Amino acid sequence: MPPATSAPDAPVAEGDAEAPPVPTYRSLAAPVSNPVDKFALLPAFLKVRGLVKEHIDSFNYFITKGIKNIVRANNRIEARSDPGIYLEYKNIYIGEPSVQVDFRVETITPHFCRLTDRTYSAPVIVDVEYTVGKTHAKHRKPSFTIGYMPIMLRSYACVLNGKDEAELARYGECPLDPGGYFIVKGTEKVILIQEQLSKNRIIIDTDNKGRVTASVTSSTHEVKSKTVICMDKEKIYLHLNQFTKPIPIIVVMKAMGIETDQEVVQMVGRDPRYGDLLYLSIQECATERIYTQQQALQYMDDKVTYAGAGNIKDGRSKLILRDVFVAHVPVNNGNFQPKCIYTAVMLRRMLDAILNSDTFDDKDYVGNKRLELSGQLVSLLFEDLFKTMNTYAVDRMNKNSDMARSSPLDFSQLIMQQDVITSGLERAISTGNWDIKRFKMHRKGVSQVLSRLSYMASLGYMTRITPQFEKTRKTSGPRALQPSQWGMLCPCDTPEGEACGLTKNLALMTHVTTDQEEGPLRNLCFSLGVEDLSLLSGEEIHAPGSFLVMFNGLILGKHRQPQRFANNMRTFRRSGKIGEFVSVFVNEKQHCIHIASDGGRVCRPLIIADKGRSRVKEHHMKELRDGIRSFDDFLRDGLIEYLDVNEENNALIALYEHVDQDGVQRSSITHIEIEPMTILGVVAGLIPYPHHNQSPRNTYQCAMGKQAMGNIAYNQLFRADSLLYLLVYAQRPLLTTKTIELVGYDKLGAGQNATVAVMSYSGYDIEDAIVMNKSSLDRGFGRCIAMKKYTVTSEKYGDGISDRIAKPQRDRDGVLIKQNMRALDEDGFVAPGQIIRNHDIYVNKQTPKVTNRTPGTALTDRDYRDSPAVYKGVDGETTVVDRVMLCSDTNDKLTIKCIIRHTRRPEVGDKFSSRHGQKGVCGTIVQQEDFPFSEKGICPDLIMNPHGFPSRMTIGKMIELLGGKAGVSCGRFHYGSIFGEPSGNADKVEDISHTLVKHGFSYSGKDFLYSGILGHPLQAYVFMGPIYYQKLKHMVLDKMHARASGPRVLLTRQPTEGRSRDGGLRLGEMERDCLIAYGASMLIFERLLLSSDPYQVQVCRKCGLLGYYNYKLKTSFCSMCKNGENMAKMRMPYACKLLFQELQSMNVVPRLTLTEG
Amino acid sequence: MESPDGSSLPDFLELQRTRVLCKADAPTHTEGFQYSGAFAAMGVDTSVSVEKFCKNFKIEINRLTDEDMEFDMIGIDASIANAFRRILIAEVPTMAIEKVFMVDNTSVIADEVLSHRLGLIPLDADPRLFDYISDDVPNERNTIVYKLHVSCEKGSQRLTVKSGQLEWLPEGSQLTMASPAQSGDNQRTYTSFGQSQQNTSERPLDVKYNDITIARLGPGQAIELEAHAVKGVGKVHAKWSPVATAWYRMLPEVVLLKEIKNGDAEELVKKCPVNVFDIEDLGKGEKRAVVAKPRACTLCRECVRLADDQVELRRVRDHFIFTIESTGSLPPEVLFTEAVNILEEKCERVISELS
Ligand code: SF4
Repeated sequence: MPPATSAPDAPVAEGDAEAPPVPTYRSLAAPVSNPVDKFALLPAFLKVRGLVKEHIDSFNYFITKGIKNIVRANNRIEARSDPGIYLEYKNIYIGEPSVQVDFRVETITPHFCRLTDRTYSAPVIVDVEYTVGKTHAKHRKPSFTIGYMPIMLRSYACVLNGKDEAELARYGECPLDPGGYFIVKGTEKVILIQEQLSKNRIIIDTDNKGRVTASVTSSTHEVKSKTVICMDKEKIYLHLNQFTKPIPIIVVMKAMGIETDQEVVQMVGRDPRYGDLLYLSIQECATERIYTQQQALQYMDDKVTYAGAGNIKDGRSKLILRDVFVAHVPVNNGNFQPKCIYTAVMLRRMLDAILNSDTFDDKDYVGNKRLELSGQLVSLLFEDLFKTMNTYAVDRMNKNSDMARSSPLDFSQLIMQQDVITSGLERAISTGNWDIKRFKMHRKGVSQVLSRLSYMASLGYMTRITPQFEKTRKTSGPRALQPSQWGMLCPCDTPEGEACGLTKNLALMTHVTTDQEEGPLRNLCFSLGVEDLSLLSGEEIHAPGSFLVMFNGLILGKHRQPQRFANNMRTFRRSGKIGEFVSVFVNEKQHCIHIASDGGRVCRPLIIADKGRSRVKEHHMKELRDGIRSFDDFLRDGLIEYLDVNEENNALIALYEHVDQDGVQRSSITHIEIEPMTILGVVAGLIPYPHHNQSPRNTYQCAMGKQAMGNIAYNQLFRADSLLYLLVYAQRPLLTTKTIELVGYDKLGAGQNATVAVMSYSGYDIEDAIVMNKSSLDRGFGRCIAMKKYTVTSEKYGDGISDRIAKPQRDRDGVLIKQNMRALDEDGFVAPGQIIRNHDIYVNKQTPKVTNRTPGTALTDRDYRDSPAVYKGVDGETTVVDRVMLCSDTNDKLTIKCIIRHTRRPEVGDKFSSRHGQKGVCGTIVQQEDFPFSEKGICPDLIMNPHGFPSRMTIGKMIELLGGKAGVSCGRFHYGSIFGEPSGNADKVEDISHTLVKHGFSYSGKDFLYSGILGHPLQAYVFMGPIYYQKLKHMVLDKMHARASGPRVLLTRQPTEGRSRDGGLRLGEMERDCLIAYGASMLIFERLLLSSDPYQVQVCRKCGLLGYYNYKLKTSFCSMCKNGENMAKMRMPYACKLLFQELQSMNVVPRLTLTEG
Repeated sequence: MESPDGSSLPDFLELQRTRVLCKADAPTHTEGFQYSGAFAAMGVDTSVSVEKFCKNFKIEINRLTDEDMEFDMIGIDASIANAFRRILIAEVPTMAIEKVFMVDNTSVIADEVLSHRLGLIPLDADPRLFDYISDDVPNERNTIVYKLHVSCEKGSQRLTVKSGQLEWLPEGSQLTMASPAQSGDNQRTYTSFGQSQQNTSERPLDVKYNDITIARLGPGQAIELEAHAVKGVGKVHAKWSPVATAWYRMLPEVVLLKEIKNGDAEELVKKCPVNVFDIEDLGKGEKRAVVAKPRACTLCRECVRLADDQVELRRVRDHFIFTIESTGSLPPEVLFTEAVNILEEKCERVISELS
């Protein structure tokens, strides 16, 4: 039943065949020469890539390729004593999600795991070959389970993969649920996307002392290191953790075999300015009298931090140079040349930056960032655990081989002996602590519980990116909006407060790449004319006109015709010969071509344009609409390609097909945006007309949309979340956006369309409070259901002794012995559908008094004591038992989950918000007859104060009102997608206003209202129409709290703290200061002593210590003076007395000096 | 308005007194002159007397169906017209389901929500035949009992439960309270009906509309419940409101301030979405705009949006176009008389309190 008070002569839905809008200046200026409606590409993209596809893709990559690579790299373990005893992993793969129950394997579904607190995991299965017995006979064993791995929902290993809606429904799964998370011990866990500075790339920056530095974080499978080259006092040094002091860079070059200064300068570049800058460094080297490689190495050996075993420093530095210094550049057969060239390039870029400050790198530039996804994180964890398991097996084997045994152990018995992998993975994902010593990784909060407060909240979690920096830094740089975020990261969706700007969210069409094979790409580059560096002299490297080719941060060689090379590479990519996510970026400033195929880059699809003409033509779109063409076909046919942030710099991207305009030649346009609205993410996408709002308002809405109540998933009533808020009559917004339809918010709405009048009313609407119509509430507006889960475990104590659930005890007449058992069913559990009140028992549990009984004797009723689970609710509220679920947990204990439902109607103080960051509490609830009504008999559902508008500048909300009003009158959902006016994805205000006029409303949306109280017309026209309102989770009922006297803390005898403990309200130091300033001494005395913890003490006037009162003799006594002569009575806070006693126990004597009062 | 002694107000004051002016930006003179002696100095008495009221007051019914009516109420102050509106919404009693006894509900819709939906279903029962229920037991004079028992067979299609499936139980509740204290006692039910309601009511006390969706049942789900309807007023809960809504608007008056001819006239006619204006042919190809149907004006202010020197929009202050949309328990005209009765009662109460 709709909440809106019924609108009379409600206009019949008409087709509203509006004539095409009259061409205006704007519609002509928006240069859509032959508008191809490309919108259909968006749903097609989401169909193949999905909302959280990057998570699923990366996990799929891990379980199909990554895991195999890890095992291949560590495929053989052998006993140290006898290398003949070995085990070899032949293959590894992930089985079907299942669980082992009593030696039986049962397949499991995600929903089963949620309900029974299990982990949704699948066996990791290996095929092994190993030796058995003394003869070392080879044995092969296929399908050997080495552990269980939590499985990401909807990944290849998941049972839900590729299932359609009906099948998903049968699995108890919501088809709109995006997947991409794990279920560990019954809770849904997301591994958040981690943002990092990209690895293996040179970053030129200034450090905090203003020195120019070039730094590289090298990361290979074996080593991770950070190399910094830094210019200090015009001399250049290498900083490396392994050296105690900075090493002059020329020394390093010499140590790597470039002995002549000329060669160094040649490698860096022939420009005399480079020579000038290097002069001092070269001079320093010369003054140290280092001329040969040997001398250089010796010099460096002295500076090594940790000498190896036996304190031998000799030769250490060479090893460091080989293994640590720019570690990702390989040294093959002692050939240091690639490293030298790499160092030279680093130097050159540094010197470039000094000469021309434009060439500094920006750490916040999105192209310098890499996103680490769940697949990579789980992969690291798995690699560590796999190695641990193997070393453990080897250790055990060695221990065993010492003992003479008739039949020697074989490895197959050892690798499975404990569940290193199972428990390791489970623990990491459920705690979120990634502590991997092997990779020096210590991260907290990597995984988080998926918030199921609303559908938007869970989607928002899946697209969230957490930063690596500490959040306390005050710097604004990393928090600021980066221009390179355009289209990749949502500009609106970021939290307020400390993580503002650091935590980001992916935009709608962003894809995060996964790793790609390097070998074939490398070969392709060479065959396209890249000259190998080893064949070039230092001089030739920087020959003018030729560009260096960098491949994933490594120098591959140089190319004389960079543009042609880049074009060739791109042609290969467009024709599908190389992966679609390979990026080719020509950096004119650095004279470099960067080819990247590494994982973690953000990229997005764009339409390719030839000289400004879109390759996607109307017939392509028709094929797409007819279902003949899919998004992948567009990629394969070279109509669309993915560009990453770096390659975007080589592109000129138009929003629409463009004619020459604003000094931009049409022919220079290389790409066309698929849809401008994809600049926003999922959560920001549900704001209508966000481009008309002041920008922080959109950010506020992004935070608030996640707190809105609504429908959570199609299976919401079958879920067992610990707290679930549902809106009874959730609606889809009248004013939608295309994003809303794409993500399914129109199916799982979180709000209601309320008719809002913008006027002041009653004075209870100050400070953003809203006035609500009681009849609307009666009819179901804002009604919500809060479901809470209460879990009881029936403990087991061994020997077959366990808790038991007893029938409700009755006396002889069949009347319950305790009133609070009325909600119980005959089995001792609360009955579903029963009304349950405060203090009612919901599980009538009994616990055995003794747990170590002699076996054999049965326990009788008398051996049990009552330990019922008592419901703690709000007095006077009617809550109902929704469901009672019984299951056995992983330890085989009986777990009882009672879900208790509470239906609430809005009350004064409940929080509501529109979709424009305009939150407000309900200020008062007014009878319908007191509400104003319009000429058409429409009475608003709520009244909002107009003062909410001027300072917030949320014009979008006003347009939403107009559009909603036009929508209800003409019977068509109106759209308000961001920047959607030129492409028809947002209705223009002018058109909306014309629709309004056509249906008898004012052009400006303002109605002539009559006062409901006095009956005469109001003195102003009132802006009135439907706005989508969200009910937020903050409700008075959960928060209101007051107490007179009540429980006290045992130790201090002061009132308890907090609402949950029925605590007192603290008169804090600031309030106390006020009272002191005011001079209200008696009030302070009363608050701080009498109302808190008054206590009577006996004080000895002589020694000043506390005595006691002997009730038998009716005298007080000082135990210090051993008499009761000088005792005085006084009152003090109990906490004070406690302090004195505690001090005494620490050998501090606090003495009270009393004067006569 | 002519005053009895023949003297009258100047035109502009008379306009202010009797009309609300709806300017393009805001309406003015909305409240009128309340004080009877406001123009006493000018020799004009604007007080209301019974004779004057009787002479001027008129009701004209424009439309009357079972469900709604529209009538003109002329010659009355806004406050009285509003009183009728308020009483219609909040104080005319009806019957609505107040208590629901759930026997079984395995549908997806929660008990409370289901009960709430049942409460909002309009019943076809004349509330005048019933008493308010106080602390006493429900009996045939204050309670109507309905039963709903639907189930969806396993393996069948999904089922929609409509309001028509609510079955009237004229004999009262069929649900028995907990086991009788002594055997041999009659099973006590939740109502104690003296006689069947079939005897007291000439038509069955069913729901008004049979096609309101109550719930949907999936295979294997069932609802069994008994619903007790009692008398109440809309002030307490909107379900007892006898009207979907009741409201009035003041009679529009559209005045052309100057002669509008030819092109301008056509433009003006085109502007109005509800065709308030029409064209009069003056012959010789001359055309003039005239106000044809001022009553249709919805006050969209299109005709004054760009230029407000052509047309003036006014509202007649004492002419109300009153609309009542009944929910069905009583026909709209009866509802209005009920409202009048209630107002009368209130007046009597005030008079008796004062005297
Ligand atoms: S206000 Fe609107 S409806 Fe009334 S006359 Fe003018 S244009 Fe026509």
